[in-house]
Amino acid sequence: MSVPTTAVETAAPAPGRMDTRSRMWLYLLAGFVLVALVRVVSGANDVDSAGTLRAALESAIPIALAGLGGLWSERAGVVNIGLEGMMIAGTLGAGYFGYHYGAVAGILGAVLFGALVGALHAMATVTFGVDHIVSGVAINIIALGVAGFLAESFFSALPGGGPTQSPELPSVTSIDISFLSDPATTIQNKHWFLVSDLASVVGALTKELSLFTVFALLLIAGTGWLLWKTSFGLRLRSVGESPAAAESLGVDVYRYKFIAVVVSGAMAGLAGAFLAMVASSGFQQGQTNGRGYIGLAAMIFGNWRPGGMLLGSSLFGYTQAMQLRSGGESLHALLLVVFVILLAVAALQLVRKNRTQAVLSGLLGVLFLVWYLSTDKVPREFTTMAPYVTTLLVLAFAAQKLRMPAADGRPYRKGSAG
Amino acid sequence: MTLSRRILLGLAAPVLAVIVAAVISTLVLVATGDDVGAFWSTMLSVPASRNIVNIINNASLLYLSGVAAAIGFRMNLFNIGVEGQYRVAAFAAAAFAGAGVLPGKLNTVVAILLAMVVGAAWAGLAGLLRVTRGVSEVISTIMLNAISGALVGFLLSKWGVATGVSTNTKVIPHSSWVGGFKVTGDPVEVFGLSIFAVVVGVAFAVVLNRTRFGFDLRATGSSESAAVASGVNVKRMVVVSMLLSGAVAGLIGMPTLFGDAHNYGTSFQVGIGFTGIAVALLGRNNPIGIAIGALIFAFLSEQGNLLNILAGVSPDIVAVTQGVIVMAVVIAYEIVRRYRANLEQAAVAAQVEPHTDVEEAVA
Repeated sequence: MSVPTTAVETAAPAPGRMDTRSRMWLYLLAGFVLVALVRVVSGANDVDSAGTLRAALESAIPIALAGLGGLWSERAGVVNIGLEGMMIAGTLGAGYFGYHYGAVAGILGAVLFGALVGALHAMATVTFGVDHIVSGVAINIIALGVAGFLAESFFSALPGGGPTQSPELPSVTSIDISFLSDPATTIQNKHWFLVSDLASVVGALTKELSLFTVFALLLIAGTGWLLWKTSFGLRLRSVGESPAAAESLGVDVYRYKFIAVVVSGAMAGLAGAFLAMVASSGFQQGQTNGRGYIGLAAMIFGNWRPGGMLLGSSLFGYTQAMQLRSGGESLHALLLVVFVILLAVAALQLVRKNRTQAVLSGLLGVLFLVWYLSTDKVPREFTTMAPYVTTLLVLAFAAQKLRMPAADGRPYRKGSAG
Repeated sequence: MTLSRRILLGLAAPVLAVIVAAVISTLVLVATGDDVGAFWSTMLSVPASRNIVNIINNASLLYLSGVAAAIGFRMNLFNIGVEGQYRVAAFAAAAFAGAGVLPGKLNTVVAILLAMVVGAAWAGLAGLLRVTRGVSEVISTIMLNAISGALVGFLLSKWGVATGVSTNTKVIPHSSWVGGFKVTGDPVEVFGLSIFAVVVGVAFAVVLNRTRFGFDLRATGSSESAAVASGVNVKRMVVVSMLLSGAVAGLIGMPTLFGDAHNYGTSFQVGIGFTGIAVALLGRNNPIGIAIGALIFAFLSEQGNLLNILAGVSPDIVAVTQGVIVMAVVIAYEIVRRYRANLEQAAVAAQVEPHTDVEEAVA
């Protein structure tokens, strides 16, 4: 390998400070304890029941797969807001191939359709140097139109199908590990602090766990390994950081960008397949419902890294799942979580002597407490809004600590290295 | 470059794009076994007079939406949130006008101003997040779109009036309606407030080409570093253009609100904001280009409505055609730009060194 690292890896932690990874685990643990505490205080047991967590996982996977698509293309320097369109293509591919040739073919078909749309984005942005956002917007318009038109011609005449939906698709096998899930359910129903909460996590992961979910998690880990531990990944990331430097060292910039964007489309296609085959019983028009964009936001939230992206997706998946499982009460309990977090932020700012920010966070926290105490349910529409508001808030608080690939979004013309 | 050549190059991209879109739509229809002949004869038929009115109405809404998007696009600021901005704005105006606090046309004027302010504020949120917290406006406006849908839904369910299948705001008092005008012999009228499209178009052209702000806007879009070096305050530009973009977006719902629907409800026309982005791209964010783009899109949609009855083809094919036109046009513009840059380079090289070795070799 003659290509040197262009991306500066996370520097060794300074003495007395934790590295990013352990800090992430600490936050996760603190969040878990907090939710458990709120569950006991508020009595809203569905806040982290196995059912809710299972629904959260099921909502998180399509977002994470879309985010993974975003990770691939943005690491190679191509912004991809066409993920939504690639996902739509995936749902259509899953519907067509899944119905005619079975579950595996459905997944492969979704990958194929997603990759084809990815190739279109690659052609526009890499070969012709069109602005990435512009091309992405155009992709979303085309994919929506093509899916609408083809769905009518594919599914209208089929039994159980219609112009906007496919017949029921074959389902992907799911596994039950009942010797773990049964005792977990028992313990969960005792509603013990922390113990029952841990049991619901076990319960969520051992019952009705779709093989597709396992596959998706493996893909995320695999991407992390491929992009950060192999020379292929190093070259791909170098193209996103400094294409001119990469080219001067003999990396075929166009080829790597092209591969990355096509894989990105394939991942988004998989996300579509998950929606059509696992999260629901078939293709439906409008099924993606902006998840491609949320996936992109999850990736940005995760600082263009697989682990962070997964964490972001879980957060969004959780807030989405809230809508399905007695959302009003659970979300109401979460107001208390927000209160505690804001209080913690206020305390932290006070220690850092940022008076104004401390007061602001504190006041906001008190508002949430008042909201919690004065009502006993959050309206349905607020539950719908929750994931998007969370995205905005998270980005507003985190955006300045994030570091995107240095050449992300900039068109590159071959030969610019001179 | 000669003038004729310049015009030819300028037209090359859109013409190329329309041809590509026609070819691809035809191929899709052939692949699905649809009646291609009937499709084309329907699409290219001369619209009836009531359809012409519909096209004008739709085009004016699309034009407003296109300009709203273009204001940001001109400085590489991607306001994808026109959709959400016009929805909250239309809701606010409808709720205010429906309450009938003010008499007659004063009610109309204030409601329209309110729509502009609300649209601007909704877009301004994204602008503020961008300049103070560094949040990409692409993501924030998309999130704000989703939030606006839920928010308006909540407000409607809380204060709306249920009439049959839809929930809507109170009907605006008759004295505040804005009548239309006839352009054809048909009783169907063009919305009176469609005139906003003309006003906004002229204002956009003047501001863009004749004011300091317009120059700063274009300069920032062409080269941010050069703009900063010449004293442009980019942060201020971001916020101001987001506000302007949102204010124009606020106008999108007005012609329909005061001319046809008279209330905002679950059946209010949606989707204009997204289509407007495509129209802006098609028209290269240019005041006249956007007008042509809006007319093409409105024409295609109106003709597409006939496809089901006359050709047995799903009208969704029009969405394919529209999408392909947009994609083809942005690629074609890029190709033409590169070609033109090469021509200019060659021309400059020839002027600087009239007697190069290459030329002698050729001679």
